[in-house]
Amino acid sequence: MEAVVFFVSAAAVLIGALGVISGRNPVHSALFLLLTLASVAVLYLQQHAALVAAIQIVVYASAIVVLFLFVITLLGVDKHEPRDDAHPIQRVTAIVLGVLVLVGILVLVHGNRWVTGAHSSRGVLGAPASGNVETLSKSLFTDFVWAFEMTAVLLVIAVVGSVVLARRSGHRAQVASDGDDASSESTGSESERSTA
Amino acid sequence: MHARNLLDLAWLIPAFPAFGAVLLLVFGKRIGEPRAGWIGTAMIALSFVASVIAFLALRSLSPDLRSNVSQGFTWIQAGTFRVDMRFLVDPLSSTMTLFVTGVGTLIHLYAIGYMHGDSRFSRFFAYLNLFAASMLVLVLGSSFLMTFMGWEGVGLCSYLLISFWFERNSAAVAGKKAFVTNRVGDFGFMLAMFLIFQRLGTLDYSALGSTGHVPSTIASLPHSSVTAIALLLFLGAMGKSAQVPLHIWLPDAMEGPTPVSALIHAATMVTAGVFLLVRAHVFFDFAPHAGTVVAWVGAITALYAASVALVQNDIKRVLAYSTISQLGYMFLAIGVGAYSAAIFHMVTHAFFKALLFLGAGSVIHGMHDEQDMRRMGGLKKYMPITAGTFIVGWLAISGIIPFAGFWSKDEILAKAWFSHNYALWAVGAGAALITAFYMTRQVWLVFYGPERFRDDAVLVQGGGDAHEADEVHPGEVHGGAEPHESPWTMYFPLVALALLSVVGGFIDLPFTNHKINVLDRWLDLPESHQATSFGAGLILSTVALTIGVIGIVWGVSIYRRGLRRGGVDPTVERLGGFAGVLQNAWYLDIGLAHFVGGPVTSFARFLSEGVDRAGIDGAVNGIATAARGGSGGLRRLQTGLVRNYALGIALGTVLLLLYVATRVTF
Amino acid sequence: MSALSYPDHITATYYLILGAMLFTIGAVGLLIRKNTLVMFMCIELMLNAANLTFVSYSKALNDISGQVIVFFTLVVAAAEVAVGLAIIIAIFRRRQSVNADDVDLLKG
Repeated sequence: MEAVVFFVSAAAVLIGALGVISGRNPVHSALFLLLTLASVAVLYLQQHAALVAAIQIVVYASAIVVLFLFVITLLGVDKHEPRDDAHPIQRVTAIVLGVLVLVGILVLVHGNRWVTGAHSSRGVLGAPASGNVETLSKSLFTDFVWAFEMTAVLLVIAVVGSVVLARRSGHRAQVASDGDDASSESTGSESERSTA
Repeated sequence: MHARNLLDLAWLIPAFPAFGAVLLLVFGKRIGEPRAGWIGTAMIALSFVASVIAFLALRSLSPDLRSNVSQGFTWIQAGTFRVDMRFLVDPLSSTMTLFVTGVGTLIHLYAIGYMHGDSRFSRFFAYLNLFAASMLVLVLGSSFLMTFMGWEGVGLCSYLLISFWFERNSAAVAGKKAFVTNRVGDFGFMLAMFLIFQRLGTLDYSALGSTGHVPSTIASLPHSSVTAIALLLFLGAMGKSAQVPLHIWLPDAMEGPTPVSALIHAATMVTAGVFLLVRAHVFFDFAPHAGTVVAWVGAITALYAASVALVQNDIKRVLAYSTISQLGYMFLAIGVGAYSAAIFHMVTHAFFKALLFLGAGSVIHGMHDEQDMRRMGGLKKYMPITAGTFIVGWLAISGIIPFAGFWSKDEILAKAWFSHNYALWAVGAGAALITAFYMTRQVWLVFYGPERFRDDAVLVQGGGDAHEADEVHPGEVHGGAEPHESPWTMYFPLVALALLSVVGGFIDLPFTNHKINVLDRWLDLPESHQATSFGAGLILSTVALTIGVIGIVWGVSIYRRGLRRGGVDPTVERLGGFAGVLQNAWYLDIGLAHFVGGPVTSFARFLSEGVDRAGIDGAVNGIATAARGGSGGLRRLQTGLVRNYALGIALGTVLLLLYVATRVTF
Repeated sequence: MSALSYPDHITATYYLILGAMLFTIGAVGLLIRKNTLVMFMCIELMLNAANLTFVSYSKALNDISGQVIVFFTLVVAAAEVAVGLAIIIAIFRRRQSVNADDVDLLKG
């Protein structure tokens, strides 16, 4: 049973990944991404990482993918992207490198026991059935409390940053919106300078 | 000690003319003629007084202490290399300062009259003073480098003064020629200095020791080094003192005003080379082969220049070649080790050569700028004082007793004989004979015989001078004023120099056992070969005197009636085709010009275009081109596309990963 | 019933292999695609692969730290997506394009 779940989820992950990279339409890529993320959540669950799975669904699978879709439709770039071959070497090399990376990682994984030394005693996983919310949160708020607070700060910075980056420059908003598509050098550079 | 305190003030000797030069350069126009001339003369006269005081102070010291280096300041201090600006007063430099300033004062006085009416009068005296200051620094310097400073200074002043009348193209060219030829010699001097510093560690004259005390540093030098130093110093001297083949500038230097010729090209600057070699005589003591070279170059120069002087028609050119010839004698003396004889001849030569030049200048002045001897004649009755003093100079240079030239020239020839260099003696004697002859020719053509300047249109026959003075105006004399004697400012120095030419020889009479060889003992230079016996010396002196007399008699007999009909020079007629060779100075100058203009220029062009432009520039530009090409290829990596850069990162990561994988696995 | 036999126990190795393959696909996609939004999505794939590996090890080593790291990675990824998309929007405003190939002013 365990194997079946694993293989089905693994297949879904890989299909989704391949769909992301080969989707002509970015909307398709986003939907395939959703598939991958959801399957990864299932895999988390299978490894008894319940909280992480839940957070994955909430943050990744919903918020982030929705954000992607918003931007795609907002920018109106849900069109096919032209396939150009100005640098054919890029494609070939990328695939070759991909294969090499895979081989390399597999070699490393297979041939070695990476585990050396004593195990950390930060937090022992609890019994599988009880879920690990308690263990995770206990570890998070005691051993890693600093990092936790830092991530809060990071989120604030990210919010402020994204607001600053994405807004149009102040009083020129009305004037710029007329000539925005025509986008003359001076006003364009003006907005660039003030947002930078 | 009292004397030493006085000697420490030796810096005043060059300071007076230096101050004069600055004063006249800055305020010359305002001071104007003739006060500028008097100021210049006064400055050098003060320098002369200072020299006399220094001389007396030095004399009061005992012989082995007669050397004082004044306090100065350190000019260069770089690691172990140290050069001080100090002045060395010892018998040699004291003697030099005495006659440089003494003769210099007389010439300055003379120039006041000679340069009368010139538009750049005060500039002239500024340059003269500057020259005097440089020459005194040269002589009084306490190290080779200070002497070199003065050396360059006199070279500069020589250039400035030769091309003083630079409106004349020939004068400007002559100035440049003098400077460039000097430079060739300076090259030798500099190389010698480098070698000296490398071997001895210092450029100071104190490293050269004194007579009887040779420092071990020099005694232990390898023979090749000493010879090299000696020969390189001689190369420098050759440039300054116009020895063959670097003599070519001196005849052309006659373009300058006559006081310049007298001061610089007769009495002082050209003797700088002699001074240098005597100062550095310790090297020649240890390098007899170098001495042989010097002696032979000197002898050949003496003979060569005398032969050329034989057929020159310009009054100053004869004297120029005569100077070259007499300088050859001095180098002959140095070559055989007779250093004090060389200095003695230098001093007497200063007297009579300056006298002859100033006399020639007086003649030129009196003849309204006529310089060609074929248009003179019979001037004795118009310019008696000039003629009288000139005759004194003539007798001195021809070596007639008791005039100064006899004693000094005789001593050189005697030293040559007694050092077993009989061939050198023969060459020297031959040159003496020709000297007496051509000087007699000059005297007779100028002062005796018919007054050719009254002839109409004297045609020039049998080839002219290679370089005719530009100021010849054929029709000028008839209709122009008569020749006249010069003002007192000009003939007073003539008289003074004539007196010196008479009595000057007595400072070094060759009678050692009666202690009358004053100069010899004063200079305290290494003794060279003495006469084997009094009788042998007497015979040689008589021979020398006879040679001089023969030359004179022969000259008088040929030139008694002046030139032949049609203005033909008897000597030129007799020599026939060979006269052309002599008149063109054995084609040395012309040959050198062709050589430099031809092969040397081609070689220089090859170096400039072939080696420099194509080779070196090509290599440097080639590096730049290669860099551009290389970067042109590399810039194709910069596609501007982020994904290409990401590919690069991925590539690097993969390589690292594979490296780790293989290392860890195997 | 079938000739194939399922493995009874899914060991950590399987998850690691899966993670490797997911990571590779994400990396290749990042290098191949030109649409910046899709490139961004590929980055998310890579992050997920890393998270998967962390969780696998956490289980294998019996240590909660792996999941804590995943937690933080999720937070950072979220922040990164927000800022990244804001940048893409800002660039779009200027250039009317999300094609990465159009941003080549650094071309030498």
